[in-house]
Amino acid sequence: MLKPFNSAVQLGYRTAFGLFEWPMASAQRLVGIRRIAWMFLLPNLIIFGAFTFLPIILNFFYATSGSDAILLSQRPYVGADNFASLLSCTNYLDPNTCRRDVFWRAVYNTGWFVVLQVGFMVLFSLLTALILNRKIPFRGFFRGVFFYPVLLSPVVVALIWKWILQRYGVLNAGLDAVGVTPVDWLTNANWAFFWIIFVSIWAHMGFYTLILLAGLQAIPSDVYEAAEMDGASRWRVFYRITMPLLMPTMVVVLVLSLIRAVQAFDEIFVLTGGGPGSATTLILQYIYETGFASRPQLFGLAAAASILMAVVLLVLTLLQLRATRSQAEG
Amino acid sequence: MVWSFISRTRGRNRFDITDWLTWGYLIFGIVLMFGPVLWVALSSFKTDAALAEYPPTFLPLSAQTVTVPGYDKPLPLYEVTGGEHKGEVLAQIRRIGLNAQMVDPAHPDQKINVNINDRQPKRQFAVQWSNYTQLFKRFNFMRYFWNSVFITVVATIITVIFNSMAAFALAKYKFKGRTVVFLLIIATLMIPPTINLVPIYLVVNELGLVNTPWAVIWPAVATPTGVFLLRQYMLTIPDDLLDAARMDHASEWRVYWRIVLPLAAPAIAVLVIFSVMWRWNEFLWPLIVLTRSEQFTLQLALNAFQGDLQTSWSGLLAMTMLTLIPITIIFALLQKNITAGIAQSGVK
Repeated sequence: MLKPFNSAVQLGYRTAFGLFEWPMASAQRLVGIRRIAWMFLLPNLIIFGAFTFLPIILNFFYATSGSDAILLSQRPYVGADNFASLLSCTNYLDPNTCRRDVFWRAVYNTGWFVVLQVGFMVLFSLLTALILNRKIPFRGFFRGVFFYPVLLSPVVVALIWKWILQRYGVLNAGLDAVGVTPVDWLTNANWAFFWIIFVSIWAHMGFYTLILLAGLQAIPSDVYEAAEMDGASRWRVFYRITMPLLMPTMVVVLVLSLIRAVQAFDEIFVLTGGGPGSATTLILQYIYETGFASRPQLFGLAAAASILMAVVLLVLTLLQLRATRSQAEG
Repeated sequence: MVWSFISRTRGRNRFDITDWLTWGYLIFGIVLMFGPVLWVALSSFKTDAALAEYPPTFLPLSAQTVTVPGYDKPLPLYEVTGGEHKGEVLAQIRRIGLNAQMVDPAHPDQKINVNINDRQPKRQFAVQWSNYTQLFKRFNFMRYFWNSVFITVVATIITVIFNSMAAFALAKYKFKGRTVVFLLIIATLMIPPTINLVPIYLVVNELGLVNTPWAVIWPAVATPTGVFLLRQYMLTIPDDLLDAARMDHASEWRVYWRIVLPLAAPAIAVLVIFSVMWRWNEFLWPLIVLTRSEQFTLQLALNAFQGDLQTSWSGLLAMTMLTLIPITIIFALLQKNITAGIAQSGVK
């Protein structure tokens, strides 16, 4: 059954080779073998240039210009107005006193979300990795169990939980059956916030579990054997051997999950739409709605907000680089 | 025998408290991770009436009916739970106030009055396939599916070719500026597209790509992750092989396409898995650049339907299932490769 498929793939592979061989061979004759490397780099560099490096520069032009035009030539220069508007608050602790109150709500929501989601997720990932690292039967299967939700698309994840959490859903039916009053989970601000954290932990935990598990398995077993010979208790082994040796992996997991939590959007947007009110609106949703979903499209404000987010991400990435370097140096 | 396998412990004889906790946690994990998906799967086969039921039934059930001679329509069957006809199974003709007029299917001429609180509907296991078939008839499901497949396949092919070309150049040539280019590419790891949404939209808009699949494909085909992954792997391919081919007057393109690419297959497989996962699940960027519904990917269509009050849960649940089935099959087949790839490279 696979045979026609295989030969089709091979035919495609050969055709592609023939298609590019002539231009690439001519290029080689033209520029010489020493500079042919640039021909190989060219497609990637064009894409990076057009969609990564150029946009970084353009982002500053957007952030310093006004109006709802997308073309830069039609946008008047406004200096730091966009930043000033985002940052103007009489009391920074109270979003209601800010000119862009939704932005500040999103900032505070994102802050809480990052702390709680990352904290609990790393905790549960560690617990799961420790358990999967024990000598249990069907280990591969159980590893797959915890990893499975990672592959599901964010929209599917959100819809699965929306179906469970709806007012007449299975969770409320279960609570009803044991005599607890049902709750309208997604229209109550505090519960909605709890559930966006829960669902994003559910969806991403398996990925970090996997990395931690790889870290645990890299710890040489003779260290444990030596500890066992010395009659060390299990807690002592955990605190004195496992944790210190797992620390580099933990730092990587922590920083990776922080970077992704700051940019959380997909599941939450589909699950709660940022509501009730703006109780679960995070910073990326604010950027999306300001720049693209609402009219007029305030590109300048969205760009300014994304530059502020980029600063946070830059700090986190530098932390990651330091962490990976210290891990590499052992 | 099964029990002795499960209760195997680490060198110790007793099945102690930590083993109980471990198994408790693992079983809780199965329920928590698979349960929600299973619940959606079961629900997706229910009729709209059964979906609206509260508390919900576990299996998809529907009311059992029977055709009784003398009545045009099939009548719903009830089991009588009280009164003088307790235990009998009767068909209901109509409800009159607090009483139901019923008939025994075996004796159609005799009408029986039963209090409505004394009867329970008889139900049977019934799978509502039409939840799925309506997707193809009414929702244009194939269109969204095709859009998603097109973006995933084309983007993955381009990603593999572009990234492996760059990786080949960085791994197998010594040229001025190599380190700079490599660092530049790695630096883009620090610049997630989410912080450049507005200007990337401008570029895509200027190129006239908005509302075409290419608006989703092009911006993300050059991934620093892919270049890095492939370069590290290609460094392990011995240069002698390449030089031998050059001696036979092979062009550089031939060296790359015929020797390096096939040898880098394991790393390419990892990149293919990642790329398929990224593209199939991508949401925010398509949401921004695809605004016409005929261009929607599956993810966008799902999102649009859930926001549309006209859509019933039955269609939405069936569509959710159809969206997660391809990924589930890939996962079941390639679980080991996927987890190994992620554990090695630490990316997702």
